[in-house]
Amino acid sequence: MAVPKVCGTETEYGVVLRGASDPNPVLASSLLINAYVEHRKVGWDFDDETPGRDARGFSREGTQAPDIETHLVNAVLTNGARYYVDHAHPEYSSPECLDAMEALLWDKAGERILRASMKASRHLVGAGEEIVVYKNNSDGKGNSYGAHENYLVDRALPFSTLVHHMIPWFVTRQLFTGSGKVGAENGADDVDFQISQRADFFEEEVGLETTLKRPIVNTRDEPHADPQQFRRLHVIVGDANLCEVATFLKLGTTSIVLAMAEDDFIDKDLSVLQPVQAMHAVSHDPRCTRVLEMAGGGTARALDIQWEFLGLAKKYEDETGLEMCGGETVGGRVVSRWEEVLEGLERDPMSLTGVLDWVTKLELLEAYVSRDGLTWSDSKLALLDLQYHDVREERSLYERLVRAGKVERLLIEDEVVEAMTAPPPTTRAYFRGRCLDRWPESVVAANWDSLILDVGTDPLRRIPMMEPLRGSKAHVGAILDACVTPAELVDRLAS
Amino acid sequence: MPERERKQSPASREREEETSDVAPAKQGEELKEELDDLLDEIDEVLEENAEDFVRSYVQKGGE
Repeated sequence: MAVPKVCGTETEYGVVLRGASDPNPVLASSLLINAYVEHRKVGWDFDDETPGRDARGFSREGTQAPDIETHLVNAVLTNGARYYVDHAHPEYSSPECLDAMEALLWDKAGERILRASMKASRHLVGAGEEIVVYKNNSDGKGNSYGAHENYLVDRALPFSTLVHHMIPWFVTRQLFTGSGKVGAENGADDVDFQISQRADFFEEEVGLETTLKRPIVNTRDEPHADPQQFRRLHVIVGDANLCEVATFLKLGTTSIVLAMAEDDFIDKDLSVLQPVQAMHAVSHDPRCTRVLEMAGGGTARALDIQWEFLGLAKKYEDETGLEMCGGETVGGRVVSRWEEVLEGLERDPMSLTGVLDWVTKLELLEAYVSRDGLTWSDSKLALLDLQYHDVREERSLYERLVRAGKVERLLIEDEVVEAMTAPPPTTRAYFRGRCLDRWPESVVAANWDSLILDVGTDPLRRIPMMEPLRGSKAHVGAILDACVTPAELVDRLAS
Repeated sequence: MPERERKQSPASREREEETSDVAPAKQGEELKEELDDLLDEIDEVLEENAEDFVRSYVQKGGE
């Protein structure tokens, strides 16, 4: 049975310390985050982190399960997000959201937090130095960093079934989730421009790794919720998007496909042969016409497979409803936008400029190729590609296009600014964020599924939050408003 | 919300001429001027020395 599609994004930003003789990305990331959180610092609690646990039912040794770096900067924000240094990147993990529109809002709020952090870091770096971040996924030299998504999934759905449905989904959704990239990497065939930042880096179908031999379906089994009831599907194939329609569709369509899998609604085998190669082929085909070999025989374009998924989703909407995916307001909007985008890709992919990142970027690049007579190997095109993702308002080419009215927005900017500090009202992130806002000195540590409070008397109190939907504004808003001290809160929650 | 302009890239211009279901609000010349202005504006904020800049952008792998 489908469970509510609680979801969120985790974005590792590219980072440079410009003007420094020995730029250290770990130091730059730490400075950046400290600059933002210096007056509001609450630490992360690592007790429940088990990134080496595998969804297929075992803990593996000898493969590259990620280490947890507890010594690096790690903070929790009043909007319920986690903001920390992961490897050599600043990472923003959005709070848990209840639908794709919320997930988009708190993802965009993350961009604003990074932008505010850059400004705040100016007084911490040396003269002539500047920390600059990029919301992209590749340095163009074979190094990639992630933009992950997370979805709450019913534990009763066999993992093998999930893998079966999600592989063709992930191979083909790039058509609208790609952020576009000049050239190829990681040994992939050369190409002028491709749809995805990330596709070249995927080498396996299923696995636990995230940094080497990346798999299309990641098996990290760390639900951050009751493990008897739930999984958290950790999606690592996505690109970091700037276009709001792209982020909205990425989260919204994937939520619907997962709900359909949970309800055993996908009655077609959409599997492709050699999915890793298919993933690269789809990304390397901005005309969207290449055909893939289907596992059950015959061929289909990625777009054909997307039409099949959309057909199922419309039937699912009619017969089951989209209650688990944001209801008609959000889920219904996802389905109609999804259809419009597939129609646009069918008619002429370039008609989706200002809607999808890869098309918007490609149009800009082609305009430069045409005006300046550039070849695709010209470093100016690589610069335009990179600077599209610059998070500084004055340098970001994406923001230039927004300001020129060339990009469609779904969000209201005032709401984005509010979401930098306010949590989503619909999930336990509300409880986490509001406690931090009300009693910053008393919250000793927090993580996704618990909060530790110092109420002034021994011992410290750990408040478990194993159910992602408990702790919402409807659930605890009145209690939080009524309590003056954290001790009162603990008493009220215990009674 | 700003109204999005329908505008075709050089790569797809031919296809647009063949079909009439896309209804560009502006004429070709006007669009071209607008695009030229935008590119001029972007030229102003582009980092100097593209080759060096792109070469120096090196990240450690993440995740």
